Amino acid sequence: MTQDTWNFIFIGLSFALYIGIAVRQRAGSTSEYYTAGGGVSPFANGMATAADWMSAATFISMAGLIASKGFDGAQFLMGWTGGFVLLTVLMVPFLRKFGKATVPDFIGERYYSKGARGVAVVCAIFICLTYIMGQMNGVGVVFSQLFGVSLAQGVVIGSAVVFFYAGMGGMKGITYTQVAQYTVMAFAYTIPAVFIAIAMTNNVVPQLGLIGEYTAGEEAVPFLEKLNRINTDLGFEEYTSGKLEKIDLFCITAALMCGTAGLPHVIVRFFTVKDVKSVRKSACWTLTFIAVIYLTAPTIGAFSRVNLIESLNNSSYEKAPEWFKDFEKTGQMAWVDKNDDGVIQFHGPGHSKNGTDSVFVVTSTVKKPIYPEDSAPEEQRVGKYGERILANKTDLSNPNELWFGNDIMVMANPHMAGLPKWVIALLMAGCIAAALSTAAGLLLVLSTSISHDLMKKIVKPDMTDQEEVKYARAASFVALTVAAYFGINPPSTFIAKTVAFAFGLAASSFFPTLLMGIFSRKMNKQGAIAGMVAGIGFTLSYIIFFQFLGGTKAQYLFGISPEGIGFLGMIINFLVAFTVAKFTPAPPKEVTDLIDNVRYPGGKETAAQDH
Amino acid sequence: MAKTKAAKGRYWRAHLRCVGVLLVIWFVTSFGCGILLRDWLDENFPSVGSAPFGFWMAQQGSIISFVLILLGYKFWMERIEADLEHDEEETK
Repeated sequence: MTQDTWNFIFIGLSFALYIGIAVRQRAGSTSEYYTAGGGVSPFANGMATAADWMSAATFISMAGLIASKGFDGAQFLMGWTGGFVLLTVLMVPFLRKFGKATVPDFIGERYYSKGARGVAVVCAIFICLTYIMGQMNGVGVVFSQLFGVSLAQGVVIGSAVVFFYAGMGGMKGITYTQVAQYTVMAFAYTIPAVFIAIAMTNNVVPQLGLIGEYTAGEEAVPFLEKLNRINTDLGFEEYTSGKLEKIDLFCITAALMCGTAGLPHVIVRFFTVKDVKSVRKSACWTLTFIAVIYLTAPTIGAFSRVNLIESLNNSSYEKAPEWFKDFEKTGQMAWVDKNDDGVIQFHGPGHSKNGTDSVFVVTSTVKKPIYPEDSAPEEQRVGKYGERILANKTDLSNPNELWFGNDIMVMANPHMAGLPKWVIALLMAGCIAAALSTAAGLLLVLSTSISHDLMKKIVKPDMTDQEEVKYARAASFVALTVAAYFGINPPSTFIAKTVAFAFGLAASSFFPTLLMGIFSRKMNKQGAIAGMVAGIGFTLSYIIFFQFLGGTKAQYLFGISPEGIGFLGMIINFLVAFTVAKFTPAPPKEVTDLIDNVRYPGGKETAAQDH
Repeated sequence: MAKTKAAKGRYWRAHLRCVGVLLVIWFVTSFGCGILLRDWLDENFPSVGSAPFGFWMAQQGSIISFVLILLGYKFWMERIEADLEHDEEETK
C-alpha cells in the first residue's frame, strides 16, 4: 500500500470516530453548548483539556523549534507546562466556584460594570484570533502535506473542516471528541519517538535515550555529546548551550506561563466539571497527560536534529532520500546549489564571515522560499539535478544551501528515520487531531464571547437561546475567515511564535485582572479597566511594531523580544490598576461579598447556571 | 457566627500558605534551576545520565516537578478543607 492510502485510512477512521461521538453528544441546550452542563468526570475532562491545550503549535512546531534552538527550546517546555501550576492554584478553583460560563462574565460581575465586560470581550477576541491564526497555519501545513498542495490551499481545506466540525457539537460534543483526540495524539507523538529511540540509542524510553548513549555509530558516545559535536562541526552553536540572553529567556517563559493561566479557552474547560474538588483532580490529570507529550518533545527535537544532518548533509541531490523531494514539492524544504557541485551542504552561522546562514535573501516581506509561476518555461523551474528552483535572490554571503521550515520537523522525522508507513499515517492523524481540537475549542470561546457576552449581555438582553446559538455560529464563521487569511499570511514564519504572541496578550490582560479580582478586595472597576487597556495596548503595540512595522533587534526594550513582552505588559497592568484603584472609590459591598464567597468551598455557587 | 468567621479566616490563611509554598517550589524548579542558576548547576551538580543538570532540569525535570506540585496541591487542599469542615461542625 502507498503512503497516501495509509494516510487516508488512518485519517478517515479517526474522523469517523470524532464525528460519531459529536453526533451522539449533540448539545441540547445552551448550557450544554457552552459548558457541557457541568457534568464531565475529572479524568475525561483532564484528557479533553490536554487535547484542547495541545495545539497544532505544540504538536507540529514545538519539537522542530527545540531541534533548531537546542537549550533555548526550554522556554516552550517550561512555559506551557508551568503555566498550568499557576492556573490551578491561582485561578480555576475560584472561577469554578463563581460558576459562570465565560471569563468576561466573571470580569463583568466582579468589576460590576458593562465597560469591564466589554474590554474583556475585546481582549478575548484578540487572544483567540491570534491563537487560531497559529492553528490554521498548522492545519495548512498538514493538509498541504496530505494532498500535496500549496500551504494556502491546505489552509482553505482545513478551515472548511474545522468550521463544519466545531459548529456541530458545542462544548459537550467537543469534550468527548477531545478525549478521543488526545488518545490519537498521544500515540501518534510517542510511537515514532520510541521507534527512533530504539534505532539511535538502543533504549525503549525516549527520555532515557536523550540522556543515554548514541549507539547507531561505530562506537557508543553520550547522545548529547554527539549532538553537540555534529552541530559545532557544521558551524552551529552547541545544542546544550543557549543563545538567548537570560533576561529574554526569563521574560518569554514568564509570559508563556502567565498567558497559560489567562487563556480563556483553557479556563472555560474547568467549568465543565462538577465542583471545586473535581477541578483540582482534573488539573492533575490534565498536566499528567500534557507531560507525556512535553517530556517526549525534547527527545523528538534532539533525535530529528541528528537524523536531519546525518541523512541530508553532504549527500548528492540525486541520491537524496525521496521524502526530501516530497517536502521540496510543497515548498517546506529547499536546496540552492550555491557552489554548483550537486551536493547538499548544510552550514551554520559559524561558517560565514557575517554570521548568517540564510539560503536566500530574507526581507521583511519575503521570509519563505518563493517559486516561479507554473507557466514559466521548464528551465526556470527545474534545475540541473532535478531540484526545484527558487525565485528568491540567493544569499551568497554564506555557504549554507539547505532551507527547511521548522514546522515540518515532526512530520519529517519518521520519514527520516525510515519508519513504517502506518506510523507516518498515525502521525498525520495526530497532527490533524491536535489542530482540530484546539481550533474547535478556541472557536467556541470566541463565538461565545461575541454571542453571549457582547450580544446578549450588552447589546440585546432579551435574546432567546436559539438566537444566541445562531449568533455564535455566525461569529465562528467570520472568525474562521479572518483566521484563515492570517493562516496563509501569518505574522511570523513559525507557528509556535505566532501562538506565543497570543500568550503575551493573555498574560498582559486577563491574568492580572483575574488575579486581582480574586485576591484583592480593594480592586475596583476603574483600576481593572485601566489595567487591562494599558497592558494589552502596550503588548499589542510592541508586537505590531516589531513584526509588521520593521522594528529591529537593537530597538528592543531591555533586550526583550516581542514573544516575551507580555511579561512586561503584565507588570504594567498591575501597576496601572493599583495606581488607579488608589484614587477611585472602593468596590461596593455586594462585590466584596462575592469575593468572600468565591474564596471558600461549600455553599452554593455564586451565580446559577441560568442560561 | 463569629466562630465561623474565625474558622474561615484560618482556612483562607492556610490556603494562602499552601499556595505560597507551592509557588516557591514552582519558581525554584523552573526559573531557578532552568534559567537563572542553570550554568552554575551544569558545573557543580552531578549530570543526569549524560545530560548536564541545568539542561536536564530545563527540558525534563521542571515538567516532572510541576506534576508533583499539582498532586501535592490536591492532597494539601483536601486536608485544609477537611479541617474547615471539622471547625464548622464544632461551631454548629
